[in-house]
Amino acid sequence: MVNGLTLSNTFKKVVMKMRNKKNSIFNHLKFLKPGERINDGFTEESPRSREWEKMYRQRWQHDKVVRSTHGVNCTGSCSWKIYVKDGIITSETQQTDYPTTGADFPEYEPRGCPRGASFSWYTYSPVRVKYPYIRSDLYQMWKDERELEKDPVKAWSNITSDPEKRSKYVKARGKGGFVRANWRDACEMIASATIHTIKTYGPDRVTGFSPIPAMSMVSYSAGTRFLSLIGGNILSFYDWYADLPPASPQVWGEQTDVPESADWYNAKYFIIWGTNLPQTRTPDAHFMVEARYNGTKVVGVSPDYAEYEKFADIWLPARAGTDGALAMAMTHVILKEFYVDNPTPYFIDYAKKFTDLPFLITIDPHGDAYRSGRFLHSSDLNETQNLGDWKTVLWDGNSNSVTVPNGTQGHRWDGDNKWNLNLEKDDGSIIDPELSFLSMAEDTLQVEFPYFAKEHGDLVTRGIPVKHIKDKNGKELIVTTVYDLMMAHTGVSRGLPGDYPIDYNDEKPYTPAWQESITGVNKQHVITVAREFADNAARTKGKSMIAMGGGTNHWYHSDQIYRSILNLVLLTGSQGVNGGGWAHYVGQEKVRPVEGWQTVAFAKDWGSPPRLQNGTSFFYFATDQYRYEEKSEVTKNNWGGKYSEMHPADVNALSARLGWLPSYPQFTQNSIDLVTEARKSGASSNQEIIDSVVEKVKKGEIDWSIENPDDPRNFPRVFFNWRSNLLGDSGKGHEYFVKHLIGGEDQVLADAELSWKPETVNVKENGAEGKADLFVSVDFRMTSSGLFSDIVLPTATWYEKFDLSTTDLHPFIHPFNAAISPPWEAKSDWDGFREIAKVFSELAEKHLPAETEEIVTSPLGHDSKDEIAQPNGKILDWRKGEVEAIPGKTMPNFAVVKRDYPNVYQKMTTIGSALKKGYGMKGIKLPGDKVYEELKERLGVSKREGIGKGNPDLYTDIKAIETILLMSGASNGKRAVEGWKSLEEKTGQKLTEIAEGREEEAFTLGDLTAQPRQTISTPVWSGLEKDGRRYSPFTVNTEYSIPWRTLTGRQSFYVDHEMMLDFGEGLPTYLPPLSKGPYVKGEKEAEHDEKSITIRYLTPHQKWGIHTMFTETSAMVQLFRGWQVVWMNEKDGASIGLKDNDWIEVYNRNGAISARVVLTYRIPRGMAYMHHAQDRTMGVPATTVGKKKRGGTHNSVTRITAKPTHMIGGYSQFSYGFNYYGPTGSQRDTIAIIKPLKEVNWLEN
Amino acid sequence: MRIKAQVAMVMHLDKCIGCHTCSVTCKSTWTNRPGTEYMWFNNVETRPGPGYPKEWENQDKFKGGWEYKNGKLRLKAGGPMSKLKNIFYNPDMGTLDDYYEPWTYDYANLINSPKSEHLPVARPQSMITGKYMDKPEWGSNWDDDLAGGSEVVPLDPNVQHLQEHIAMEYEKTFMMYLPRICEHCLNPSCVASCPSGALYKRDEDGVVLVDQEECRGWRFCMNGCPYNKVYYNWNTHKAEKCNFCYPRTEAGLPTICSETCVGRIRYIGVVLYDADKVKEAASVEDPQDLYEAQLDCFLDPFDPEVIAEAEKEGINNEWIKGAQESPIYKMAIKWKIALPLHPEYRTLPMVWYVPPLSPIMNHVTNEDELNTDGYIPTVDQMRIPIEYLASLLSAGDTEVIRKVLLKLTAMRVHMRSVNVGGVDPLSESKLLEEAGIDVETVEEMARLLGVAKYNERFVIPTGRREMDDDLYYQQGACSLEDLAPPEGVVTAPFERRN
Repeated sequence: MVNGLTLSNTFKKVVMKMRNKKNSIFNHLKFLKPGERINDGFTEESPRSREWEKMYRQRWQHDKVVRSTHGVNCTGSCSWKIYVKDGIITSETQQTDYPTTGADFPEYEPRGCPRGASFSWYTYSPVRVKYPYIRSDLYQMWKDERELEKDPVKAWSNITSDPEKRSKYVKARGKGGFVRANWRDACEMIASATIHTIKTYGPDRVTGFSPIPAMSMVSYSAGTRFLSLIGGNILSFYDWYADLPPASPQVWGEQTDVPESADWYNAKYFIIWGTNLPQTRTPDAHFMVEARYNGTKVVGVSPDYAEYEKFADIWLPARAGTDGALAMAMTHVILKEFYVDNPTPYFIDYAKKFTDLPFLITIDPHGDAYRSGRFLHSSDLNETQNLGDWKTVLWDGNSNSVTVPNGTQGHRWDGDNKWNLNLEKDDGSIIDPELSFLSMAEDTLQVEFPYFAKEHGDLVTRGIPVKHIKDKNGKELIVTTVYDLMMAHTGVSRGLPGDYPIDYNDEKPYTPAWQESITGVNKQHVITVAREFADNAARTKGKSMIAMGGGTNHWYHSDQIYRSILNLVLLTGSQGVNGGGWAHYVGQEKVRPVEGWQTVAFAKDWGSPPRLQNGTSFFYFATDQYRYEEKSEVTKNNWGGKYSEMHPADVNALSARLGWLPSYPQFTQNSIDLVTEARKSGASSNQEIIDSVVEKVKKGEIDWSIENPDDPRNFPRVFFNWRSNLLGDSGKGHEYFVKHLIGGEDQVLADAELSWKPETVNVKENGAEGKADLFVSVDFRMTSSGLFSDIVLPTATWYEKFDLSTTDLHPFIHPFNAAISPPWEAKSDWDGFREIAKVFSELAEKHLPAETEEIVTSPLGHDSKDEIAQPNGKILDWRKGEVEAIPGKTMPNFAVVKRDYPNVYQKMTTIGSALKKGYGMKGIKLPGDKVYEELKERLGVSKREGIGKGNPDLYTDIKAIETILLMSGASNGKRAVEGWKSLEEKTGQKLTEIAEGREEEAFTLGDLTAQPRQTISTPVWSGLEKDGRRYSPFTVNTEYSIPWRTLTGRQSFYVDHEMMLDFGEGLPTYLPPLSKGPYVKGEKEAEHDEKSITIRYLTPHQKWGIHTMFTETSAMVQLFRGWQVVWMNEKDGASIGLKDNDWIEVYNRNGAISARVVLTYRIPRGMAYMHHAQDRTMGVPATTVGKKKRGGTHNSVTRITAKPTHMIGGYSQFSYGFNYYGPTGSQRDTIAIIKPLKEVNWLEN
Repeated sequence: MRIKAQVAMVMHLDKCIGCHTCSVTCKSTWTNRPGTEYMWFNNVETRPGPGYPKEWENQDKFKGGWEYKNGKLRLKAGGPMSKLKNIFYNPDMGTLDDYYEPWTYDYANLINSPKSEHLPVARPQSMITGKYMDKPEWGSNWDDDLAGGSEVVPLDPNVQHLQEHIAMEYEKTFMMYLPRICEHCLNPSCVASCPSGALYKRDEDGVVLVDQEECRGWRFCMNGCPYNKVYYNWNTHKAEKCNFCYPRTEAGLPTICSETCVGRIRYIGVVLYDADKVKEAASVEDPQDLYEAQLDCFLDPFDPEVIAEAEKEGINNEWIKGAQESPIYKMAIKWKIALPLHPEYRTLPMVWYVPPLSPIMNHVTNEDELNTDGYIPTVDQMRIPIEYLASLLSAGDTEVIRKVLLKLTAMRVHMRSVNVGGVDPLSESKLLEEAGIDVETVEEMARLLGVAKYNERFVIPTGRREMDDDLYYQQGACSLEDLAPPEGVVTAPFERRN
């Protein structure tokens, strides 16, 4: 035996021994007895018992397996098996029972990643919030006050109105000292603060932040339903996270619509461009990997040798932030080779039907040259068309004339049924859109194009072919096509005069040689990839795909980077094709059963208009970041300047005033008082009240809150943070949050005095600190957000409640199910907010009369007639007298809203009858009568006394789930068919067949728990899912001729809003990344003797957590280096004396961080990665620079940099939608300093 | 001939996304308890890099596996005499520094912190000593994605061996992932190293286990295993190791690491081999011949003679069918695209690997070169040096690696030509010829690697309890044996088979 190995005895003997009971001494002795020798005497078969093997078998045995998922913004939405043994959650593995994708196709199993696999750790971990906690200073004060004052609302008022008392508990935030409380006290304090705030300042000073409903839509709705009913302010997240690609609304009029990941397998050429699929789309990556075995070529673009480069055939190492230059050069190659040198019929047909390339643009004189203007409208030529201002025109080659095709913005709202893409006139004749005037040009004009890559100048002048036509007044207009502008702009000469490059090697914009100097990517590789990408699309009719994400999207100029990349998929006819088009994945924004969800979430069944505020603008003012603005040198150019040089705060105020973006709080005056005053002064009808308020606004007697952010009346007094770690994670400009919103210990190092100041926004000498009266977090773990909160409420984990989750990346709706009931004092979010609402209603009886009325303003909304409010995209400011102030036209909509505060609880827990009037979204209308009756049946009716009695019952999270499923097309076939019917009316197209085969399907929670189901095609989404097809966006548009929700109804290359043109961004172009910081001129820099390096600071998503979630789990901590770490190039590290794992500090004017360094050669010099969201709760010592406090989060050196063009509204696809349009919280344009940290100080008391 | 069946695994490294899901699900199931903190029955290594434990491939240091010396196969760490001499001190065993000091955080401080002057923080704490530490210094995956760069990468024994081939520069960066479990070898040196005879290889499925009742904690297995895949539980003072999830495979389920592998890189199936050939195979002189020698141990499950012999050994029809449908048989034996990890250790490992493809080097810019083989880059342009892969998977024989990469490339080119076109037929057929593979095989390969359905990745016949003599008794009594009547009392209504 000694020389050999022991094989245990033959199979039969073994099994026998496994069962029999044995004397253990005898067993040990057996070892001494020789067994049978085999293998040339080398191996011995042992007769010993294997009874002990039961030990491991018992570990694997469990009592039940529960289907649940993880409510984290990762886009995974994976279905998991949760194992429960002896009443304890032991572990989890992925479900593998997805409906098949087809016989010859990879399946979705197993979906799930290491982070999700570590989740069960939280259940019994020491970071678990088990009870309600309140900070001792506040709790003591509250108890004292309540002894003296019976009325809790008055008690709260007494505390917060006393500056000394208020300051005491505000200053204690973030400094420990939590004590265990109970739900009743916590709810009473929250309800009192809320009521006090509504009475004193107005309901829009109560604000809630909870992101990404798709990750747990019922828990999201718990808080937003409450806030909607009281008139609170609900913040957006997708734009705030910079996950929204503003290019999507700009190009398509769509928030985001992308292929499910299985569709990657259909792609035949796949470029991965700034999205780390293996790391951040972990459960999906295999579709890309496996496609390669099916013949797909993969190209990777990233500045570092990212994980996905492992799967690439070619790595294009473009410098960080220069992706737009690379894409512009590829655009140049494709236009030249596939449109000019060798016109490709598939591409040209596609461009004519599905893009704005054939549409006509006016050419206006500008100095000695010309510049492109706006789209030519049918109203320019004659008055024959209803809404002619909104009908764009093209040149029909068949009739040789200017023609109005169907499907434009005007057709959407003119009441007719011609909102479709059929190239057919009323008389049946066929339209042949001309792409170019080259062969029929009446003239060639030199047109100026903006140019921003600063080392090369800022204007390019190139010849384009034009036609002269007469307008309705006989005035001569010069026009050309978008196509001809694109050719000139990208530098494809077609023999025309002007400053065109000679060939690919000419370093003029936008050739492959030109890009090489900017991106560092070999021009030959660029030519090859562009050529292959297009050739592949020509061969496969569009199966060329580009995956993009945070790496390309989280920039200030994200929209331009994206538009340049989108050129490639639009020009190759790849969009709206399975296996083709863009594949943008940042943020789990897709709520598939959206019609039902938004009804529940925003209490639309009670007709309570919610206040839906865009997050970035809110935080920009609420955290006073507008005070520290830095004027960027790079945006300066000889182009425009009217708006591009304006302070973003001023543009945002303009935007609010003109009805573009929402702005809550609305006015410095309480919105309830405004109605009371109007009534007092004689207004009786709603219209009279509105007229009187608008008149005062016009006169400046009512102040805009946005222009007075530091007026105490405009503070966000009560703040709810749930399903979120706002302060440890997404809060760009973390230190400003701590200083101004929280009033805690901050490390803001910027000097407001030296910063760029706005003109219309009032800057007070000292910014307000600690604006929130009450900051509440609801969580199951203690994060930075919890640490800075006044109250932390314990919530159920994802294995302890019922909910729903969906994602872009697969077509299923996954349930959460409780594997165990919430332990300790945890409550699900639904139950928690219901408790708050109950106490709120009790207290409201006395303080807020049932018939309270308030004024609610709302911006001009996308998918409503508001999107044709402001013609020509011309900016006209009523305040300057440029236009009359008309609500809903030139300024926000105004409404008088009744709030029934004592009945908030009743309304929370039942479905309101306003639902009967119908519901819907994105312009799709669904009848409500039948649904209301069906809900009664499915949910039962409420038997609780009050106004909700007899209504469908919404008391539990399970009932909310059933409501959502029943009301939405994706989960209910009847709703889907009704939706398609609604779209038929507008488009005149036959559509119901898309869903008819599945009309009888009606998913319930039980169905989804038994096995995942593939969602049903519904018109609120643009992909076709029938016949087991993989979801690919815009296939409805391309296959059923449905227009995009844009000005032309087509996919847009050109956008003509005045502000876009002022910024030089009418066409996709390259703008270099900003270089903000590290300081502004004159600011005092941190003093130290160490060597330091100034570096581009990037925060890509990490491998060991999803945002801050999972980062604490024992597995995630130990699978890398613990927290916090910053990656950088080893030569850069060596230049300041760093060795791997040394302590460093990272700082700039925004704040300071302490962390350890990870050195590598995988990352190029000049940039550092501090992966997004490691939080500052684990292993963070003090900094030695700045204020020498606890080191910050990854967002301590970033700040909000809002792009004014994202504030446009009231103009077609540039109209507000919640999470659809608005400035993004981009954070990659940051420059920071890194130095060694020599001394580790844990700041122990 | 003495036929045995083994449930074996192939990992397709080209598909590995380096996500570590396998490690986490394995850990939650098997090693999430005191004494096992540093144990990763399954771990994933970024390569090039030193792996876990650090430099485990350095057998000059750990003396793992077998060596062939003077015509004899013997343990590298020495035979029974040297074992006995060193029984209280094993000079080759890894230390805590080779593994790591597992750490946690003082999480409770976040909630319990009394009122203080600063933001509370959870400080790192050693899970061994309980003491605060300023920062962790090493971990099981410390060098993930080339973290540590040229301070750490050169510790990779394969790199040391091939220094001149690897440039640690941004432009020339390459990396790959190497997930590792116990190899469940045909010739396990851990078993031979154990002075107590506590380790054994199961007869019915080849799983190598440490008997938790017999282990005496001598720890010779820890470094006796050249893959360093046996760990010492400091709480129970016994060795533990990957058990190939036998409680699951016995039920026909894949191992946890395979079931949860979201890159879908793992395949499990039955392989038949001739146990009488093992010693001979492990004893070939030239390490580069070990791969072929191990292949020679495997038996063709379609061969009637093999089938007859297997039946004689009690391997039933379902297991033979399993061997015939086994993805392992296809990948390792039939197509020869999977290779053993470090065959030179002579343990005849049974977890095999398909080597990864990689992007071309960026200095390849010639237009014609870029277009070779219809969009798919050629093997010789790839980034990962073939010598590096050979050092891992073929005892340095680069031709073996090149052949596999050619097959994978030929598969991609052929599938592109079928699905897209635009591939020059002449260059395609030349490539197929060079790879030594036909169209039918290539298409079958594309299906198993690409489409890779669950029941094609995992073909696992269940454990054969029908061999037990009293299933009726078991049916009612299993897990309640303590309450069941003592032996000898007849409870079965049927006659007992004896």
